[in-house]
Order: sequence, then C-alpha cells, then structure tokens
Amino acid sequence: MLLAIWVFYAVYFSPTQGWTFFLQLTVDGIILGSIYALIALGYSMVYGILKLLNFAHGDVAMIGAFIGFGVLTLLGGPLSPAIPVVALVACMFVVAMLGSGFLGLAIERFAYRPLRDAPRIAPLISALGVAFFLENSVLLLFGANYRNYDGYDLISYNGIHLGGSAGVFVSYLGVMVITGALLLMVGLVALVRWTRFGKAMRAVSFDREAAAMMGIDPDRVIATTFFVGSALGGAAGVMFGLVYSQIYYLVGFLAGLKGFTAAVVGGIGSIPGAMLGGLLVGLVESWAKGYLNGNVADLVVFGILIGVMLIRPQGLLGTPALQKV
Amino acid sequence: MLKLDGVDTYYGPIHILQKLELEVGSGELVCLLGGNASGKSTTLKTVLGIVKPRSGSVEFDGEDVTGRPTSYRIGKGMAIVPENRRLFAPMSVRENLEMGAYLHGGGTKEDWDRVYTLFPLLHERRAQLAGTLSGGEQQMVAMGRALMSRPKLLLMDEPSMGLAPILVEKNFEIIQQVHESGVAILVVEQNANVSLAIADRGYVLQTGRVVLSGPAAELLRHEDLRKAYLGR
Ligand SMILES: Nc1ncnc2c1ncn2[C@@H]1O[C@H](COP(=O)(O)OP(=O)(O)OP(=O)(O)O)[C@@H](O)[C@H]1O
Ligand SMILES: [Mg+2]
Repeated sequence: MLLAIWVFYAVYFSPTQGWTFFLQLTVDGIILGSIYALIALGYSMVYGILKLLNFAHGDVAMIGAFIGFGVLTLLGGPLSPAIPVVALVACMFVVAMLGSGFLGLAIERFAYRPLRDAPRIAPLISALGVAFFLENSVLLLFGANYRNYDGYDLISYNGIHLGGSAGVFVSYLGVMVITGALLLMVGLVALVRWTRFGKAMRAVSFDREAAAMMGIDPDRVIATTFFVGSALGGAAGVMFGLVYSQIYYLVGFLAGLKGFTAAVVGGIGSIPGAMLGGLLVGLVESWAKGYLNGNVADLVVFGILIGVMLIRPQGLLGTPALQKV
Repeated sequence: MLKLDGVDTYYGPIHILQKLELEVGSGELVCLLGGNASGKSTTLKTVLGIVKPRSGSVEFDGEDVTGRPTSYRIGKGMAIVPENRRLFAPMSVRENLEMGAYLHGGGTKEDWDRVYTLFPLLHERRAQLAGTLSGGEQQMVAMGRALMSRPKLLLMDEPSMGLAPILVEKNFEIIQQVHESGVAILVVEQNANVSLAIADRGYVLQTGRVVLSGPAAELLRHEDLRKAYLGR
C-alpha cells in the first residue's frame, strides 16, 4: 500500500519523464528481480528443510558466475566465441549450475552435516566461515580485479522497443534472463510438486523423523536439496555476470544479501514467496535507483525488509510456524 | 519374523532399554504394554533403526539388520503407524499415502485399491490436506500409509490414542483384519483390555525391562497386570 502511494507519487511528480520512464524502470526491475528470485529460492529451500540460514549461498552464486566466466573464456571470450553464441551461453549455464550444485553438495557434507545436531548457532557460524572461505579462495585465484563478462557484446546490444523508439527498451539479454529464470522456476515448482524427490523434500521439511519412518533417507534428500538450490544460485550468478557485464570476488555478498532479503520478505521456506520476494526487491531497487539515486537504493531495499518483518514477521506468503499434527 | 536379543538402547547417557528380549513370530499379533516412559516407543524406534542400540541385535525376517539403516528395514518389509500419527500435515491425503510406498515406487494399483477398499473415506478425501482431517480420519491415513508398502511386519504405537471409544473398537477391527491377512503385528498400547483381547501374545515393559510376558489370555488373567492396567 505504502509502496503503491510512493510509486504513484514518484511517477506523478517526476520532474523529467512520465510513465515511459516508470515502465522502463519496471522492466529493469523485473530483470533484476528474476535474478534475486533465483538466489532467494536457494535460501528458502535450504531453510525449509534444515531451518538453516545458509549465508554461503550468495558466494555459491558468485562461484557460479566465475565458472560461467571460465567457460566463456575457454570458448573464445565474448568478442570471438569459438562456437555459436546460443551454444556457448547454454554451456555457461549448464557448467555453472553443475559446478555450483556440486559445491553446494560439498558444503552441506563437510560444513553443515557434522553440525546437524549441534546448537543452531554452530552451523550459522560455519556458514559464515564457508562464505569467507569461498570469497578469499576466489580472491587468491583471480585477484581483486573485475572480470569482464561483456554480456551485451556476447549476446546483443539490440532488443525490443515497446511503444516505438522513444518507448520502453527490453534488451534481448533481458528477455533471455527473464525467460531463463521463469523456466527454471516452473521446473522447480513442477519438481517439488510432482516428483518423488519433491514430495520427499516436503515430507523431510515438515518432519524429518516421520519421513525416515517411511523409508526416506533424509540425508540424501537434504543433499539433493542443496544441489538444486545451489544450481539455481549458479544460474543466477551467470545471469548477474551477463547483466552487469563484470564480476569480482565480492559480487556474491550483496547479491546474496538481496536474495536473502527477498526470501525473508516473501516468507522464508516458501517457494512462491521467494519468487514474489525476489521480484519485489528487484522492482524496489530499480525504482529507487531511478527516482532517488543509486546510493539510497539499498537503503530502501533493506528498509523494506525491516518494515515487512515488523508488520508480518512470517513474510508475505509465509505461514506462521505450522503446528505438527 | 522379528527378534530383539539383549538390546540396550541409550539416549545420550540415559540407559532406556535394558537387555530387552522380544520376539514376534510370522503372522503373529503381539502386544507391548507399559506405563508412560517405560520405553515402548523407544523399542519400536530401535526395531526400525531410528535409534541404534549400543549392544544386542535386531533380527528381521531371518537377517541381522542391527547395522542396517531404516530405509533398508522398511524396504525389507517393516512399516509403522507412529505415535501421534505424524502425518505430513501440509501434504494431501494422497501424497501421505504415497510416502508410505516411497520405496515401492509410490504404490501399485493393487496397493491403492487395497487401501481405498479398507478406507473408502480416504478415497473421497484424497485431495484434502492431512492436517485438516479429524483425529479419526488422520488415524485412517496413518494406517493406510503404513499398509501402502505391503508390510510383513506392522509396528503400531498407540493407535487408539485420542480416539473415541467407538473408533477405538473400529480401529482394532481393522488391525485384526490386517492380521488375518497374514501380516505380523507389534502393537504398543496403554489400553491392555482391548489389545490383549485380539493379541496372540503380550509383553509388559517397565523402565526399559520386560517384567512380564506370555500368551495374551494368560496376561489377561494375571493378577499384577490386572491391578496395574485393567483397574479391577
Ligand atoms: N529423543 C530422546 N532424547 C532423550 N530422551 C528420550 C528421547 N525419547 C525418549 N526419551 C526418554 O526415554 C524414556 C522412554 O521413552 P519412550 O518414548 O520410549 O516411552 P513410552 O513408553 O513410549 O512412553 P509413552 O507411553 O508416554 O509414549 C522416557 O523417559 C523419555 O523421556
Ligand atoms: Mg510412546
């Protein structure tokens, strides 16, 4: 509601542009939001099954971005790709998702599983440790410099003009990011709703011991959940690299924090919540950048996090701790 | 079918089951009685491998399964109706039943038919979320879920807890029906009267030890047991 008033106010009194500018910001926000939503899903899935805030998740996405960069470089770079661009981009995504997925598996196995029965603060500290470990490993390997993804060089500077050349511009890259994120999300929803693994995941999330009593191996389900969540993070990392055109070892920090915010705003543990939260965070950030300025955008985003927490602690689509029967 | 031999189970430093000896023959209906905190649920969890005994062995269907994980034992033919039913509340009735047949590919047509014939109501309510069912309906789901895996040994932890008397009776009718179809059953109950009436044999547990065991008819007549459980 407040958001709506603010948006209306901003559009109405905007000194320069009118609705076109607003719609342009909205489109950019949706692109950004798609990426945040993918990151938020990883947070939410892991929280849903382990009640653990996996603070290393943003850095898993960062690693995904670097793996994608590695594939891009190996296959000729953005300006002289060795294979057709479509195949190259597909390769980047597949390899990055697999890489991040296996990294997630390893993190779960070595940093979280041994602490499964420890007090809840222990895995949280372990998560922060893993985050620093990943950041510093990349710093060591690649240095602190930016690496150029040049997503627009690679894919195209062109795009779709909605409403004529003075209208809203959606780059093909943006279209690809939105479509890709949408496909992954639809895939995830189908996976969780209809597959044997998805049902087992929901069962383990709700009551691990009862799930074990059905013959489900909770360790395997938890590991698979990490794999899937981390793979989505890896995809988000590549998208981030393409959209921002460059990456460095700390990109996972802020992107991870935004993804986390999105997960919490949407209702942590809820898959549709993570998607909605991601979209909202992306939109708010984009609007705030356009109407206020880039420096306060993050302030607004995290301000909204605090606001939602005060009014609706379980998040927009979260259920207040469902009682077990 | 099932044989516990000298089983000692601990929760951390606390010694719960002490040198437990218990047997269920194939096709037998055995009743495990005992007061609160006597270790009945712990016994079932030890049988399933949810908790591991520190010493002693669990033998199932001619094989020592002491070191085997729960999933192996379920795959080999154990199933449980857990204490408080433990349904997956945010999942539908159908999905709950499916979880019962998790290791059997989600159940064959026969499995579904058998469970839906036994509990026609579950077919009607298959799309409803388990958490929104009444207590009696939840009991049917818990029972149906266990039967979905075509068990050789059915473990039941206080299946009549929280049910109205008429439903308790109905419940035991179904237990007997399952028993007659050849399934071995180990049922934990506080209600000694009703359970001993249908059981072949019984054990009485006190602070983790078997203090009394024998044919059900004998236990029903036993002085101490009558004083302790039957209230007369
Ligand atoms: N996970 C656990 N950790 C520590 N102690 C436990 C745990 N589960 C059970 N206990 C203890 O073990 C003892 C036996 O518990 P158990 O649940 O087996 O009793 P029960 O005979 O099933 O009782 P009830 O009739 O109340 O269900 C109790 O003293 C209980 O407090
Ligand atoms: Mg009990």
